[in-house]
Amino acid sequence: MPKINPNHATARRRKAVDKLMTSLIVVATVLAIVPLVLIIADVASKGIPVISLSFLTSLPGWSAAGVPTGGIANALFGSFIMIVIAFLISVPIGVGAGIFFSEWPESRLSTISSFTNDVLAGFPSIVIGIFVYIVIVLSTGTFSALAGAVALSIIMIPIIARSTEESLKIVPVTLREASMALGVSRWRTVLKVVISTGRSGLATGILLAVARALGETAPLLLTVQGSNLFPTSLFQPTAALPLLIFNYGMSGDPTLEAQAWGAAFILIIVMLALNLSTRFLLGRRLGEVRAEI
Amino acid sequence: MPKVPKGDLTLKAAAATAAILIIGLLGSLAVELFLGSTPSINKFGLSLILGKTWDPLDNVYLYGAPPFVYGTILTSAIALLIGLPISLGVAIFLTEKLKGKKTIAYVLGTVIELLAVVPSVIYGLWGLFILGPFLRDYVEAPLHRYLGFIPIFRGTPLGSDFFTAGVILAIMIIPTISAVSRDILNAVPNSQREAMYSLGGTDWEVIQKSVLPYARSGIFGATILGLGRAVGETMAVTMVIGNMPNITASLFSPGYTLSSVIANVFTEAPSALYRSALIELGLILFFVALIINLLARLLLWRMTRGSHFRI
Repeated sequence: MPKINPNHATARRRKAVDKLMTSLIVVATVLAIVPLVLIIADVASKGIPVISLSFLTSLPGWSAAGVPTGGIANALFGSFIMIVIAFLISVPIGVGAGIFFSEWPESRLSTISSFTNDVLAGFPSIVIGIFVYIVIVLSTGTFSALAGAVALSIIMIPIIARSTEESLKIVPVTLREASMALGVSRWRTVLKVVISTGRSGLATGILLAVARALGETAPLLLTVQGSNLFPTSLFQPTAALPLLIFNYGMSGDPTLEAQAWGAAFILIIVMLALNLSTRFLLGRRLGEVRAEI
Repeated sequence: MPKVPKGDLTLKAAAATAAILIIGLLGSLAVELFLGSTPSINKFGLSLILGKTWDPLDNVYLYGAPPFVYGTILTSAIALLIGLPISLGVAIFLTEKLKGKKTIAYVLGTVIELLAVVPSVIYGLWGLFILGPFLRDYVEAPLHRYLGFIPIFRGTPLGSDFFTAGVILAIMIIPTISAVSRDILNAVPNSQREAMYSLGGTDWEVIQKSVLPYARSGIFGATILGLGRAVGETMAVTMVIGNMPNITASLFSPGYTLSSVIANVFTEAPSALYRSALIELGLILFFVALIINLLARLLLWRMTRGSHFRI
C-alpha cells in the first residue's frame, strides 16, 4: 500500500477542510440549541415574578385608575373546557382511524385516508380556523368554546390517528396469533389484546395531541374571540390561554405585557411537562415491547 | 365460507367510518373555502390575485394578494436560508459525529425536538420583546450602516420586519428539518460509508461524497416539510413582522404574510365581501400548503418505503 505523506499539500488541505467542516457542524448544533435555552430562560425570568395565587384564580379586572389588576382564570378555564371537548371529539375518530390503518393496511381506503391524514397533519392551522368559522361560527351566529374545540379537534385527529397506528403496528404478531388460535374473534382480539398491549403508545399519542392543541392560537383567533368572564354556555365567546398571551402581548400596556409573560410561563411549563413525561413513558414502553419480542 | 362474526363487521365499519371522516374533513375544507371565496372571486376575478393594493382604512376597499404572497415567500426564503444549513449540521452531528454515543445523541435530539414543542405564540412574544430588539441593535443596524448600499439592507432597522420574521421562522423549522434529516441519515446503509472510508476519505469526505448524495431526496423532502411549516406559521410571524402590506427588496421593512393578514383582520372584516376576499387568501394558502405537503410526503415516502414521519 502506498504510504500517504502527511505533509503533502493535498493531504493537508483535506485535513483542514475536514476540521473546518467538523467545527461548522458543532457550531450549527450549538446555534440550534441556544434559542431554546434563551426562550425558556427569558419566559421564566419575566414570567415567574408575575405568578401568584390570585393571578391564577381571579378574572381580569381594572383598578379605578384603569390599571389592569386581575388574573388569567378565565383563560385557564376556557382552555380547559375546549381541550376536554376537543378530546371527546378527536379520540374516537383518531383512534378509530388508527385502528383501521393498522388492521386493514392493504385496503385502498386505508392508503388514501392515511395519506390524507399526513397532509392534514401538516396543514396551516389558520386555514382550519377559517373552515370552522364558516361551518360553525357563521351558522350558530356566535364565537364559541364549541367552535374552538372543533378547530382544536381537527388539529388533534391526525396526530392521534398516526400514533395509534404506529403503536398498534408494533404489537407482536405472536400475541395476536395466540389469541386467534384460542378461537377468540378478531374484534375481541383487537380490542382486548392488541389495544391493551399498545395502550401506553396510544396514551402517549393522545397526550402529545393534547399538548399540541393546548398551544394552538391561530384557529382560536377566528373561533372563540376571547372574553374577560367565565363562559356560562358553550355558545358564547370564551377566553383561551394562548389567545390571551397574544392579545396581552400585542396590547402595548406594560401591565398586560407582564401578564402575558406570566401566562406564557404557565403554558410552556405545561407543554414541557406533557412532552417530557410522554417521551419517558414511550421510551420505556418501547424498550419493554422490544424485550418481549 | 365461515361466517364472519357480527363484532368483526361492527369494528371494521366503525374504524372505516373514522377513516372516511378524515378524507371527508380535507374534502369539506376545500369545498367550504372555495364556496366562502366565491363572492370575492365573482366580484374581482383575477384582479385580487394580480392587484397591488390593500388598504383597510380606505373607504373604498381595495383588494390585492401580491404583498401577502410576497411576504410569505420572502420570510420562508429567509427561514430556509438560515435554517437549512443549521438543521443539516445538527442532523450530521447527531448521526455521524455521535456514532456509538447513543445516549448523548438521544438527549441532544430530544432537546432540539423540544424547540418544536414551544407554542408559536410564545415564539411570537419572545420575538417581539427580545429577539426583535436584539436583531435591530446588533444585526440590522450594523448591516444597514456598513452595507446599506445593497438594496436588501436599505430601509430603517425596526426590529419588526421581514428579517425578524424570517429569523423566528428559521428557529421554528430547525426541529422539523433536523429531526427528519436525522432519521434519513440514520437510514443510509453503513456500506455506503465504509466504501468511502476504505478509499481513505476523511470524515467530511465520507459525509459529503457518499452519505449526503445517498440521502439527497429524503433531505429535500425534509426541507419541503420545513418550508410547509414556515409558509403556514401564523402567530409568531404576526407578532414580529410589523403588519404592513409592502413589496420591497428591503429586509428591514415591515411586511405582511398570507396567514398573518388573515389572523389580524379576519374577525374585524368590515363587510362580507371583505371577509370573502380574506377567505380567498386562505384558499391560496390551502393550495400552496397542499402542494408542499404532497411533494414532501411523496419524497419521504419514496425514500423510506412507506414508513411515516410524524412532525
